[in-house]
Amino acid sequence: MTRINLTVDGSKVSDDVEPRMLLVQYLREKLGKTGTVIGCDTSNCGACTVHLDGTSVKSCNVLAVQADGSEVTTIEGLAKDGELHQVQKSFRECHGLQCGFCTPGMIMQSVDLLKENPDPTEQEIRVGLEGNLCRCTGYHNIVKSVQHAAAQGGAQ
Amino acid sequence: MTLTEDEMTQAQPDATLEIGKDRRRKEDQRLITGRTRWTDNLTLPGMLHLAMVRSPFAHATITNIDKSAAEASPNVVRVITGTDVADEQGGLPNAWPITPDQVTPNHPPIAVDRVVFAGEIVAVIVARSAAEARDAAELVDIDYDELPAALDLKEAAEDKVLAHPDLGTNKSAFWRFDSEEAGTGGNVDEAIAKARADGIVIEREYRQQRLIPAFMEPRSTVVDPTGEQITMWSSTQIPHILKFLLAAVTGVSESKIRVIAPDVGGGFGGKLQTTPEEFITFLVARQVGKPVKYTETRSESLMAAHHGRDQWQKLTLAAEKDGTVTGFKVELLADLGSHVSLVGGGVPVLGAFMFNAIYKFPAYQFNCQTVLTNKTWTDAYRGAGRPEATYAIERIMDELAAELGVDPFEVREKNWIKHEEFPFTTVAGLEYDSGNYEAATARAKELFGYDELRAEQRRRRDSGDQVQLGIGVSTFTEMCGLAPSRVLGSLDYGAGGWEHASVRMLPTGKVEVLTGASAHGQGHETAFSQIVADRLGVAFEDVEVLHGDTMVSHKGLDTYGSRSLVVGGEAIVKAADKVIEKAKPIAAHLLEASVDDIEFNSGRFSVKGTDQGLAMAEIALATFAAHNLPDGVEPSLDSDATFDPVNFNYPHGTHLCAMEVDTETGEVTMRKYAACDDIGNIINPLIVSGQLHGGLVQGIAQALWEEAVYDDSGTLVTGSFVDYLLPTAADTISFDLDHTTSPATTNTLGTKGVGEAGTIASTPAVVNAVVDAVRHLGVQDVRMPCTPERVWKAINDARGGAQAETVGAAAPHFDESTGMDGTVDRTSGGNA
Repeated sequence: MTRINLTVDGSKVSDDVEPRMLLVQYLREKLGKTGTVIGCDTSNCGACTVHLDGTSVKSCNVLAVQADGSEVTTIEGLAKDGELHQVQKSFRECHGLQCGFCTPGMIMQSVDLLKENPDPTEQEIRVGLEGNLCRCTGYHNIVKSVQHAAAQGGAQ
Repeated sequence: MTLTEDEMTQAQPDATLEIGKDRRRKEDQRLITGRTRWTDNLTLPGMLHLAMVRSPFAHATITNIDKSAAEASPNVVRVITGTDVADEQGGLPNAWPITPDQVTPNHPPIAVDRVVFAGEIVAVIVARSAAEARDAAELVDIDYDELPAALDLKEAAEDKVLAHPDLGTNKSAFWRFDSEEAGTGGNVDEAIAKARADGIVIEREYRQQRLIPAFMEPRSTVVDPTGEQITMWSSTQIPHILKFLLAAVTGVSESKIRVIAPDVGGGFGGKLQTTPEEFITFLVARQVGKPVKYTETRSESLMAAHHGRDQWQKLTLAAEKDGTVTGFKVELLADLGSHVSLVGGGVPVLGAFMFNAIYKFPAYQFNCQTVLTNKTWTDAYRGAGRPEATYAIERIMDELAAELGVDPFEVREKNWIKHEEFPFTTVAGLEYDSGNYEAATARAKELFGYDELRAEQRRRRDSGDQVQLGIGVSTFTEMCGLAPSRVLGSLDYGAGGWEHASVRMLPTGKVEVLTGASAHGQGHETAFSQIVADRLGVAFEDVEVLHGDTMVSHKGLDTYGSRSLVVGGEAIVKAADKVIEKAKPIAAHLLEASVDDIEFNSGRFSVKGTDQGLAMAEIALATFAAHNLPDGVEPSLDSDATFDPVNFNYPHGTHLCAMEVDTETGEVTMRKYAACDDIGNIINPLIVSGQLHGGLVQGIAQALWEEAVYDDSGTLVTGSFVDYLLPTAADTISFDLDHTTSPATTNTLGTKGVGEAGTIASTPAVVNAVVDAVRHLGVQDVRMPCTPERVWKAINDARGGAQAETVGAAAPHFDESTGMDGTVDRTSGGNA
């Protein structure tokens, strides 16, 4: 067991974890942050995407011990003071989700994408979301959601 | 009546109505903030975890299992083999034996002495954590004697190697529809013979590759046996059917089982199943007396959750020289995989009535042989039988057009049902209630820029561009809204096709709606709220739709086959109407008027010709108080309704796809996709568009990317998302969609199903476009998925003059000994 200290969605947490424990397992099993989900075992689907020190990562591809000393934001910590993040609002507005399983990862990746490129073209959005799979929407309305968020100043 | 979207917008009757509004979904708030209830999120006190030990072999005898090391592993509670539970584990159900003599192998959840596909469960670890269970799974030492595996569908149909040697054959069932026998049309063989003498006969063989539904949420099951009832949470499309079958298989009283499908992350038919994993979790929880959870990994899901499609289709189309079709004969081989699963055998039968599609064929025959192999079993995948049929007919209509040297629309228009001919009884015996193929086609061509793209195609062909342009047409229809119970009975399906709803008026005027349709992404909570808001004249926000828990919505047949709105929605309408009828005498009593003088409009009961009235909420409160009700009237407005449809319904549409094909590399790129669908009246246009987009991409993915591939020893090669190619955002494009409106005449709302439409329509549109781009080079077919390698090879073969691809594609694969040909003794087929 290894002791880790980190900040998750604004709260300081401290736990003993097995060195092999993945960050996504730590979030779900130790902290009950079940908003972040596991969709595959090969880092392809991106459903588990969170922000690690402000940058999107697939949390199935990071060991919990690697997050020691870091700040993690999950889908559950994205809204601030009861106000949804613009990207969350835009996904609802543009029907960018159906079953919603890929949505936490898709939203977290979109937030990061807009931070790097606040005014992306359709093709830049599509390439920027290439690491996140969705089986319901055909991506049409996900792309529209990101465009909508960008137009509303979603990078903030 | 058919209106285009523009006309619909102008004709929009009443802005106060909820139906027709782009309501944002009620479901979304929890989904975009992570307040979700996926089954795997659940943790219960004392909960134990399962891991499965799965067979690495497609076909083998289990000679020994040493579980001692696994049992000694930390925090392992027990290790269970098939032998340990052979007497109590029962067998998985097949709810649709398509013939009385169908050959149906036993299907134990845990293999006992023989494994019949790679991925089959051989042992189960029960441990205190999922990680410890998986660690111990590595320690189970199993000896196998490998057996020859039946892997190739055509070879399996010849019984060269037996998937189940004890059964003596791989042929499970032979199912036929013949229009002459049914009295719905003529003799197809005569039509073909006549066309051979003086007409056109097109013979093709198409492959429906094996696909994997690949819902995003891996399957998960939790069973809690503590307390009086046994509660199962499962990521299933069918909580009600699952409850019934758990009881039927295990002998536990149905009244002691509760099944909950909480938030479910997609299904697409893939969760229309009762699974070994569910039965095992149920069994183990009862054995250990503690809550037990099993969540599959993605690799397990791809290997062991049911697959879809997997058919060979031999087609013979007879036509007169002017392109008028005179007969169509279909001969299918359908790969069941290792077992006949819940409705797996019936999937091709669902397609049997759709090969004639939108056309007026005078003679039609459908033959299907289902075949057992040593691969993962197949069952429903979005469209289930109808995408296969639509692909076959829409591909071969293009071949007919090519043979005649005319535009693909010309042969379609010559043969399709004219809009003034509805209702129309087809050669397959279905009555299509409404439709307008002319209007949908005109609008689709306009959206697409058909004439301009054809002109560009000619230019690029004339100039010999390396990148050629192809245009693909698909004028699809489908039968959905499963299903009239009598029809299902006549097809030997084990259940009915009705749906149930309850509407409960709460004292505060809020409304609870219980539906037996179980959502997994479709937006039932939103669309059903819109229907009830209009029907009862209450606010959209005041309607709460409850579903997916057999203790809450106690009765239902769940969600598949584009049935939720057209069957489930109609049940809700009928239950709401009963609420109004129950409220009327109470309103009359309170208003001191005759019941005959009470009118109900926009949520208000009023006395004709006066300004006196009471709102629904006031009646609800008065009924709750029950202080002043008429004699003999019960103090409740709550109402139930069960709706059994009298017919399927028949969405249709015209889909157009432009593909660019690099003739040097075989690379294909989608340039444009436009479609005009007719799904009758629309409750929520936003949700409908989402269903179409997602459906389109699944159908496009079959055409271009997805295929479940096994190696020569029966191992699934595409066993992870690295190899099974789900399309990404970067692979796809945005679509141009519109709709026409021919309301269904068989339900109050005039709606038709939309869940499967995009998937059914799009696959042939894409492949027709790929073939169209290179047909002038001599290519007649490219097998799906149309990878660069296959496209390049098709072009290369055609250029080489060998015509290998096309000759091979046209060659019959059913020799007379297989019993598939209509001219030979049927008893030599699966009915033997």
